[in-house]
Amino acid sequence: MKGAEADLSAATYQIFNETHTLGNALRWMIMKNPKVEFCGYSAPHPSENLIQLRIQMYDGLSSLTALLTALSDLDSLFESIEKAYEASLRDDTYVRWDEKS
Amino acid sequence: MSAHASTSFDPRKHVGVLAERVTNVSSTDFPGYSPDEDFSWNLAKFKKRLRVQVKRLSSRSIEFDLIGVDASVANALRRILIAEVPAVAVEYVYVWNNTSVMVDEVFSHRLGLLPLNIDPALMEMKASATDTATDRNTIVFKLQVSCTRNAHAPKDSIDPKQLFINSEVLSSHLEWVPQGEQADVFPQLPASTNPNIVLMKLRPGQEIDMELHAIKGVGKDHAKFSAVATASYRLLPQIFLNPTKPVPPHLAEKFAGCFSPGVIRVDPRTKEISIDDEKLRTDSVSREVLRHPEFEGCVQLGRVRDHFIFHIESEGAYEPQRLLLESTRVMRQKIADLKKAAEALMAVNVDDEDVSMADA
Repeated sequence: MKGAEADLSAATYQIFNETHTLGNALRWMIMKNPKVEFCGYSAPHPSENLIQLRIQMYDGLSSLTALLTALSDLDSLFESIEKAYEASLRDDTYVRWDEKS
Repeated sequence: MSAHASTSFDPRKHVGVLAERVTNVSSTDFPGYSPDEDFSWNLAKFKKRLRVQVKRLSSRSIEFDLIGVDASVANALRRILIAEVPAVAVEYVYVWNNTSVMVDEVFSHRLGLLPLNIDPALMEMKASATDTATDRNTIVFKLQVSCTRNAHAPKDSIDPKQLFINSEVLSSHLEWVPQGEQADVFPQLPASTNPNIVLMKLRPGQEIDMELHAIKGVGKDHAKFSAVATASYRLLPQIFLNPTKPVPPHLAEKFAGCFSPGVIRVDPRTKEISIDDEKLRTDSVSREVLRHPEFEGCVQLGRVRDHFIFHIESEGAYEPQRLLLESTRVMRQKIADLKKAAEALMAVNVDDEDVSMADA
């Protein structure tokens, strides 16, 4: 989008067909990167099905690289949640009860 | 749970609950927030803290704890469960005959809301509304019910169920019509998960004759496609007793009454107060205790910031224990899609103008 640095050290990305679901989690993961000066996202209008993600980097680093790193990290986060959940279902002792529908 | 049992309020770990407001709501675990700490992403550290514990499981619902993740992650999972995990519901109704008192449109809407037992994984999603119906993406039901008088009804009966045959259209009246190879593909006879839902009432001479087409969809398109009945989380409540100002023995029972039953234990002899760590999760955090001036300073209320108690109810095809995995699957698919688009963006030469990637 307009307002991006030529070297992509600061840029806004428009992501179509995504909502707060991905936006907030991704923003959090990008902010976990110490090379990131600023990261924020917004859903500009409820009738437009898109979000805008702003990333600003220190030291002229590429924001696109930071985005890709965050995506990989987020994927491994959800993978470990899956594994931990499956392990708990398999091994843990939990209450099984009969619910009438 | 006892790993969380802390004796005092920590603004890093806890969200404060005051009489009329909450404090320390936002998480602060970002790099650069405090000078001598490293909050940057570390998978090994995250895995060490992460805990998922299934607590209760029935055929319709599951309760589990998700510990050690940020609210944005827990909320993403919840939002996907409600809006983006696919489910199958009736979308098209072809009415051949309807002499009942209910208008076609109203009845069609009701049919759409019926929970069906069809596993969405066995079906394909229609690419668009105009996409051709095939045996891969559409399930067909026939609904033919006509009401007649029951000749053998007891003489003095006034009960419609005895007087008439088919006085009610029930969800069990849906009759599956297998298309193509569907009879081999679906292990379980497609039907409503509950056979006793009353869809409409009929009287002698009235009849309906319809064909229903069920397709796969997602909750953000229409709530009938939502895979869950409810999906919610709450943070684990915490009660911090002030050791320097214990609750007076004669007020111990009143103090315990301010919380959900069993949360506060009162020693029958000394009237000393303690907290039941197992029952603590059931506390409603009503803040009743903060209304009484005599307990001022005795207690502080809070919640654990990264301890999410999830409760998911299923009414459709999914077994409740499968739902979270479906949710993470959808999330990881989103991440993979965006990653592909970002990599494509990396490959092209970016200058000042807007660059767009079709798949984004």
